[in-house]
Amino acid sequence: MIKNSIYLAVIVTTFLASLTLAQEPVLFDGTNPIVLSFQAPSGQNGPPADDAIPQSVLITPTDLAKELQSAKQKPLILYVGPRTLYLQAHIPDAEYIGTGSADTAQEKLRDRVKSLPKNSAIVLYCGCCPWSHCPNVHPTYQLLLSLGYTNVKVMYVATDFGTDWVNKGFPVAKGK
Amino acid sequence: MKPAGLQPGGTTTMSSKRVLIYSIVALCLLGLYLAGRRTAQKPKPTAVGNAAPDFSVADIDGKKFSLSDYKGKVVLLDFWATWCTPCRAEIPHFVEMQQQLGPRGFQVIGISMDEDAKPVKDFYQQFKINYPVAIGDEKLAQSFGGVLGLPVNFIIDRDGRILKKFLGATDVSEIDKTVGDALAQSK
Repeated sequence: MIKNSIYLAVIVTTFLASLTLAQEPVLFDGTNPIVLSFQAPSGQNGPPADDAIPQSVLITPTDLAKELQSAKQKPLILYVGPRTLYLQAHIPDAEYIGTGSADTAQEKLRDRVKSLPKNSAIVLYCGCCPWSHCPNVHPTYQLLLSLGYTNVKVMYVATDFGTDWVNKGFPVAKGK
Repeated sequence: MKPAGLQPGGTTTMSSKRVLIYSIVALCLLGLYLAGRRTAQKPKPTAVGNAAPDFSVADIDGKKFSLSDYKGKVVLLDFWATWCTPCRAEIPHFVEMQQQLGPRGFQVIGISMDEDAKPVKDFYQQFKINYPVAIGDEKLAQSFGGVLGLPVNFIIDRDGRILKKFLGATDVSEIDKTVGDALAQSK
């Protein structure tokens, strides 16, 4: 009887634990910025050659996801898209800045980075729209460049965040 | 000869087995209940053929309406934003569709994902929008399976079922065809 009860307890605990763990998003613990080195996207899925953001600065979602899983120190990830999309799903530990095309968001971005060293590793991303239509990543990248930040990367989202990150099974967090 | 279950010790053995079986059944039911609760908390599926989730919102003039108010009509539900270039490009066509197909039982509903109503009101007037537009939030978006990129358009038939979902910049002739077919096929 005692033996059976122990077996039963183990089975039930495992079962309930699996129910809980299956639903929990994977979270990263944010740490100090580091030096980034990623492969730029290329080929048919890449950005236009004359894009204002140079290809050397771009990160593919796959590369960023790998880096976040393996690196001990994570870059500072800043989300420069709309709040409603951020609340539904965002990269774990990504900080909400606001739609990068708006003056208020650019002001908030200035404030966020002003105390950081100029070589801080910073990743910007939006994913509100297909890359060529996104109004948010270009002005925020240009702003950081003009402020002298030298280690800024931009995640290249070809279609949108849902298609290129969430649907590929990369980790997400929800809410604020 | 006595029946096996009534032999000395047999009662205890049967009782233990019963307790064990009942416990397993009860815990399985508990597990199914918990799993069911978790499933119920997830957004409803928005696959083609499923019923579109109903919602109630206020338009930019404060007038309340629900999706179910338009049951019996073919509905184009447009998730958009004023800063979204492909969204802006579609809207003059949607205004034209509303004007031409409205009398046949067609209705456009716009759900803006803007954070502020002011640019939406300005845009509404500038483009002479002739259908209800409301400001959406993440809950409404999640009820439709999540809106993680714009624009997203749902075509909903007269019975309230999702006929098709268009994600991203879309050739409006594809939307025209889906709406035209829905209007022709239904009552």
